[in-house]
Amino acid sequence: MNATLRPQTVVPAPKVTLGPRQPAARPAGKDGPAVDVRDFSFFYGPRQALRNLSFSIERKAVTAIIGPSGCGKSTFLRSINRLNDLIPGIRQQGDILVEGTSVYRPGTDLVSLRQRVGMVFQRPNPFPKTVFENVAYGPALNALVSRRDLPDLVERCLRQAGLWDEVKDRLDEPGTSLSGGQQQRLCIARALGNQPEVLLMDEPCSALDPIATQRIEELIFDLKQHYTIVIVTHNMQQAARVSDFTGFFDQGQLIEFDQTERLFTKPAHERTEAYITGRFG
Amino acid sequence: MNRRILRRVLSNFMVGLMIGAVVVALIPLFFILLNLVLKGAGSLSMEFFTRTPAPAGETGGGVVHALVGTLLIVGTASLIGLPIGVGAGIYCAEYPTSRLTWITRFVADVLNGTPSIVVGVFAWAWIVAQQKHFSALAGSVALALLMIPMVLRTTEEMIKLVPNSLREAALALGYPRWRTSLSVVIRTTLPGIMTGALLAIARIAGETAPLLFTALGSQYLSFDLDQPMAALPLTVFTYATGPYEEWHRYAWAAALVLIIVVFVLSLGARLAVRRRFAING
Repeated sequence: MNATLRPQTVVPAPKVTLGPRQPAARPAGKDGPAVDVRDFSFFYGPRQALRNLSFSIERKAVTAIIGPSGCGKSTFLRSINRLNDLIPGIRQQGDILVEGTSVYRPGTDLVSLRQRVGMVFQRPNPFPKTVFENVAYGPALNALVSRRDLPDLVERCLRQAGLWDEVKDRLDEPGTSLSGGQQQRLCIARALGNQPEVLLMDEPCSALDPIATQRIEELIFDLKQHYTIVIVTHNMQQAARVSDFTGFFDQGQLIEFDQTERLFTKPAHERTEAYITGRFG
Repeated sequence: MNRRILRRVLSNFMVGLMIGAVVVALIPLFFILLNLVLKGAGSLSMEFFTRTPAPAGETGGGVVHALVGTLLIVGTASLIGLPIGVGAGIYCAEYPTSRLTWITRFVADVLNGTPSIVVGVFAWAWIVAQQKHFSALAGSVALALLMIPMVLRTTEEMIKLVPNSLREAALALGYPRWRTSLSVVIRTTLPGIMTGALLAIARIAGETAPLLFTALGSQYLSFDLDQPMAALPLTVFTYATGPYEEWHRYAWAAALVLIIVVFVLSLGARLAVRRRFAING
């Protein structure tokens, strides 16, 4: 985690800064932000879901997105790996850069983008295949590793997801036979299989019980050593517990973005304060 | 009037009506089976399954020519019809907004309602009349045409049952759309698609009308698809309308065999569904 505020040295041209509390952007390139959102707007047909978002997501840190239902949290998350592409009638303006590479430039290779940006969904959705096949599914696609090294990779991913000890004797059983919390960790392991740079999590605990939730949160804490994590959550305690930075969305706008501790203790905006104190949303 | 008693009486009356409907629906089926077994089982023997018919007027012989013929004609029809039907069904399910899908669905529904003898006439006009001789292949084409809309619609319905979250999971791992369809969607629905295929095969195995002026029927064991060929439904038709008492007995026995074949196929379809890999979500 690197939460120190540094002076802004490079500000991309279309970027709209949000005041002094925005975390400083580091120089572009490999030292720049992991995800750079540049004046990004998104429309479902005539309805605008995201309005001129501009902010940076720190590498190897957990960034939480909070906000009331329908504020565009999930839309934003699914814009990073372009999973919204399937919906007819969508369009967007501005751009998002993942590790310096444009997501929306014409000719973007969706396959490689989605390999670099993993995703974990709200409900555990393992494939109706074996535990092993679930994790091997991503890396097998473009032969990221040779067939011989696949078992090692699967083991490493399952270990990272904190699931190895529970499933090492059941690798041939269907992934759907695991418990809900285990299934979600299997889905995390599956996303790790691609060795992504960024891991998106869309309310990963909302379908889980408190104990399984705690395990996932501990896991998120471990994973940020290796991955940049963006997590959407409805649960403000969860955002406070797991994240280093928090962005508060309301009606498609980014109201406030700051270090988690500061956003929760000294919010700069009234609406943020109203939301985190439970007065609306 | 005590409303609780009234309610119970009404409830029992309705349940009684429904049981009555079920019994009425089952009675004809029961009598058909009973009749077939009583009149046909007596003629079943090793000879019946292994010999070709005896010359007219003599006793003995069997229907091996029709058994082989049905297997060949239905097998060829499946080879033609299943890939087309399944493929078109996958297309319709995966690209539901395409104009081609709308047209395909419409045509399939029309074709589904087309009397089978019309399809037979079509095959006659396009193959038999052109080649100037009857052939088993023409019969197979006619049966395949009947299969395609059935298989198409069942395949489409089965694929629609796959939860979208599964599709998104594969896409988020970087799988291109066509590979997502192939390796996740199709694999998940394979038992369902197989069921639809088996039921379609069972349906066309009993079709007589499309074969009347295509495969024509024959008294000899033949493996040549370019020549007229016997089939069980045709044999039933010929024997049942023939002048000899022995033929009538053979018609019953052949009908019994046909019913057993259809029954086994349907049972196989049921078992395939039951072993279906559980899908969550």
